[in-house]
Amino acid sequence: MTSFLQQAFNGLVSGSFYALLALGLAVIFGMLRVVNFAHGAIYTLGAFGAVWLADSAGLGFWWALLLVPVALAIAGTLAERLLIHRLLALDPLYNFLLTFGIALVCQDLLRMRYGSHSQPYEHAPVTGSFDLGLFEFPRYQVFTLGLSVVVCLAVWLLLTRTRIGTIVRAAIERPELTRAFGIDTGRWVTPVFGFGVGLAALAGVLAAPMRAVNSGMGADLIITVFAVVVIGGLGSVFGSVVAGFTIGMLAALGNLYFPVLSQTSVYLLMAVVLLIRPAGLFGKEEHV
Amino acid sequence: MLDITGVSASYGEARVLDEVTLQVGDGEVVTLVGRNGAGKTTLLRCVMGLHRAMTGRVVFAGRDLTAVPPHRRARLGIGYVPDDRGIYAGLSVEENLTLPPATLASAWPLPRIYDTFPVLATRRRLPGGKLSGGEHQMLALARVLRTGARVLLCDEPTEGLAPIIVDRIGEILREVKRDGVAVLLVEQNLRFAATVADRHYLLAQGRIVESLRNAEVRQREGELLAYLGL
Repeated sequence: MTSFLQQAFNGLVSGSFYALLALGLAVIFGMLRVVNFAHGAIYTLGAFGAVWLADSAGLGFWWALLLVPVALAIAGTLAERLLIHRLLALDPLYNFLLTFGIALVCQDLLRMRYGSHSQPYEHAPVTGSFDLGLFEFPRYQVFTLGLSVVVCLAVWLLLTRTRIGTIVRAAIERPELTRAFGIDTGRWVTPVFGFGVGLAALAGVLAAPMRAVNSGMGADLIITVFAVVVIGGLGSVFGSVVAGFTIGMLAALGNLYFPVLSQTSVYLLMAVVLLIRPAGLFGKEEHV
Repeated sequence: MLDITGVSASYGEARVLDEVTLQVGDGEVVTLVGRNGAGKTTLLRCVMGLHRAMTGRVVFAGRDLTAVPPHRRARLGIGYVPDDRGIYAGLSVEENLTLPPATLASAWPLPRIYDTFPVLATRRRLPGGKLSGGEHQMLALARVLRTGARVLLCDEPTEGLAPIIVDRIGEILREVKRDGVAVLLVEQNLRFAATVADRHYLLAQGRIVESLRNAEVRQREGELLAYLGL
């Protein structure tokens, strides 16, 4: 029982990274119909951003949490304007290749600067553990989980309670039709891309104190996140968050009870979901 | 109000509209009749700017729309009711209704919308995906009326609906017409068309082959239905 609870909690913490990353991927895919292969690299840059701020400017975690996502979101909007936007009218394959290329460039630049071993980051804002009787749980992990839940809730409120949110949801569901209703969907494409990038960067900063910060950290994670997005339903914001936390937990528990399947359980789940609901758990069939 | 002159369009190699010319005046309802694939929907999409016309011009209230993107056309006063009704399943009824900005002076205030479409008032918090077919159509119509559109492009609004709802849609279109709104209506239901429309254009293989008045449509109903394959 103790190990069950402990693993379930670990799973939720991993899930909070999946959810933040999947959320960004989902809004970007929904709005641009671009699968952003650079998402893992942005997460990595987020973590390295925190390391760099600490090493070069002596700025701690809270500064990193504020500055790094904003800086990367701005860089993301520039990349969208200058590169991705030009390819939107073409086959989606072009942006697939472009974002994949951006990911490789970022990864190699980091490797050139920092090598391939992990960088230490010892600026966790909270340390120590909660003693829950049955087991102990690191305070920072609880903080990460809490912050991720708060961010996901805030995004949900933004999407469901504001005019901008309605427009974004409409543009995600029926991009062409939404223009016929007097809404310049093109205006929202770049900010939404920047927003998704900012979420990935935020996840990266959150990861820095508890995960190994190295140039490959995003590449390892992002494959699982793609599976999460597919299971939740491509473009479904709600689905990506629910699937993020669920899969984090299932993977952790799977690890405990069926260690043989620990690497494959997510993909088995994805295969089953796709067989039963080809559009994902919360996805809808595509409209033009 | 709406002047379409020599509009041609194609999908890839296939030409679907061939030099279509027609006019719809203020307070006039004009139907486009034709078999499936005759180009009716494509013509509406060209007027909305969703499909590019290769040649020709669309002029609305004296303004050439050729270089105007779809969202600007909507804001100028063209309201689109697409053939699948275009309801957002994930948005509530009220969000669907208020999504298009109501920027025109002729915009209907929300209370008038709910007076005219009481069923939408009772369903306003429901997601659009939960409505019935008839309610979808009411919502699609209400949505463009709220914007105050001066031209309505309605693609088969009565298709698949119960007679009582078809009657209601007829009443609403007649009311809109009295307000001076121009309606370009794609319609296969000739009896319905004859109750709301002033003129009819028969479209075949992307060309207008005949222009008919109401009396002619009533006289030649059998012949026309046979032609349409209905």
